[in-house]
Amino acid sequence: MAKKFLTKDNSSYIIVILVYLIVELLLKTGHVSSLMKGLLVPLCVYVILAVSLNITVGILGELSLGHAGFMCVGAFTGAFFSRYVGDAIAFGYLRFAIAVILGALVAAIFGIIIGIPVLRLKGDYLAIVTLAFGEIIKNVVNVLYVGKDINGLHISMKDTASLNLDAASSDIIIKGAQGITGTPKDSTFTIGILLVLITLFVTLNLIHSRTGRAIMAIRDNRIAAESIGINITKYKLLTFTISAAFAGVAGVLYAHNLASLTALPKNFGYNMSIMILVFVVLGGMGNIRGSIISAVILTLLPELLRGLNDYRMLIYSIVLIVVMIFSWSPSAKAFRERYFGFLGKKKKEVS
Amino acid sequence: MSLISYLINGLSLGAVYAIIALGYTMVYGIAKMLNFAHGDVIMVGAYVAFTTVSGMGMNPVLGILISVVVCTVTGVLIETIAYRPLLEVSKLAVLITAIGVSYFLQNVALLIFGADTKSFSSVIPFKGITVSGINISGETIVTILACIIIVVVLSLFIKYTKPGKAMLAVSEDAGAAQLMGISTNGTIALTFAIGSALAAIAGVLLCSAYPALTPYTGSMPGIKAFVAAVFGGIGSIPGAFIGGLLLGIIEILGKAYVSSQMADAIVFAVLIVVLLVRPTGLLGKEIQEKV
Repeated sequence: MAKKFLTKDNSSYIIVILVYLIVELLLKTGHVSSLMKGLLVPLCVYVILAVSLNITVGILGELSLGHAGFMCVGAFTGAFFSRYVGDAIAFGYLRFAIAVILGALVAAIFGIIIGIPVLRLKGDYLAIVTLAFGEIIKNVVNVLYVGKDINGLHISMKDTASLNLDAASSDIIIKGAQGITGTPKDSTFTIGILLVLITLFVTLNLIHSRTGRAIMAIRDNRIAAESIGINITKYKLLTFTISAAFAGVAGVLYAHNLASLTALPKNFGYNMSIMILVFVVLGGMGNIRGSIISAVILTLLPELLRGLNDYRMLIYSIVLIVVMIFSWSPSAKAFRERYFGFLGKKKKEVS
Repeated sequence: MSLISYLINGLSLGAVYAIIALGYTMVYGIAKMLNFAHGDVIMVGAYVAFTTVSGMGMNPVLGILISVVVCTVTGVLIETIAYRPLLEVSKLAVLITAIGVSYFLQNVALLIFGADTKSFSSVIPFKGITVSGINISGETIVTILACIIIVVVLSLFIKYTKPGKAMLAVSEDAGAAQLMGISTNGTIALTFAIGSALAAIAGVLLCSAYPALTPYTGSMPGIKAFVAAVFGGIGSIPGAFIGGLLLGIIEILGKAYVSSQMADAIVFAVLIVVLLVRPTGLLGKEIQEKV
């Protein structure tokens, strides 16, 4: 069998690279508004988040509502490292690379810590516990104070005064609800795209590996998978951890795009987790390319509707409901097949 | 403040959570879906009561009645338009539509009432009583009483009336219920109607005790009530009641004795511990998986 070049996987890479080239070209010729420029890095962040959540939701088939929590862990780890090191590593790319690795590592550790107890639960119970963990992480970060002086690091959960910092050399890095300020702005669109490509590479290769097939077997029928000797706990935990690690990467990218990083309900609360889930479900569960496309479209949509001012989120919500009904309900499916059936290839339903 | 007054405050907040959680748990039991828009129905109820009572100067009882009617209609409309086409297809798809509905309600409220915080004046006319030096506010008494009445009436309704039994049957096995001549769609709509009516009452009580009303007022209590429902065992009415009360008490005690910023974290941590020990909640039924 001759290998097709334009497979679904390759097309994912090609889409990302093409978008990158087009945007770079537009940037060079000055056709990109400042608003769009500000959106470029967040777009990469959301794409990474959507792809990484798709590993848990689409490939493993478990509903997770705490993805923003892992992003929060990654963001604060990365930003803390960059702030701590500061100009000691003058070479920005190297500093950022270490921050990304550290962020991914710590998020992965949190993934394991949370995954071990949580993966015993099923379905909606798992969803609510991941949501709870996300909220706890956000809450704890909001009361965390970390400062450094000549004696080393000081950590407190109360306030800046209880850090007992040496006055002459004190530097408070994490300031409770005020978060981290002064993170070096290391994130660029190019780095973002590079991280997206790495995420894609790992995810797609995971899906096609023996491990990936084992994970999908668990998703399709847990009992059957167990009976042929697949270690369910191991693979579930592995998937959960990989997913968390990439959320951490997205967090690091996010943190280095902002001058001040705070853990608000808006960016690291359950609303964010739900938004990422919307990307995944709308793009199609288990469909990596779909996640990329829906993350980009749904991030751009509110911005494109900005001209409508107050009505934009209203229209966004209506679009969301209509798209969901139109793409999932049986009667809409029948309608589509009847009038637009010639557009797509027919799929046989397997019950 | 003493421990007892904290406990009373906790019971009062917990009673509100319990009323919301009842709506969550009934909808979950029957439709097997997480209705993320439930919290926003609370907000709708509170805004309607705010407009009728504070804005138009109506009698509070009449205002609450109107709010209940509006929420019931809203709940049924949401179910028929947004959820029904998807209920049998995919639970996840309904979850996303529910999120869409939640955004929709919030933004409609934002357009009508604006983003500024409205100060909700309490609908409870009397001041409360003082028992051996501890002041119990009127809101607290009414909230706890309302919660108990609702739980009792709801339990009796489900046990002894035909529509109630139909609800039980549909939640047990929708297909078999339909074969017995029960209208599943009608029963699901009825469940949403009851849940939304309860949400309206909860909204009014919540905003009487905590008088800041914004378009986002409902979302955090909604999530907490959801936690309460899971805590008590989702699908179980006594479970929702106990879960709600416990959650309220834990939250108030956490705020008082540990840290006001960490109260939510404590609530969620307790939930996790409970679920790890009892994976289906305090009163939830263990469902055996068939091969």
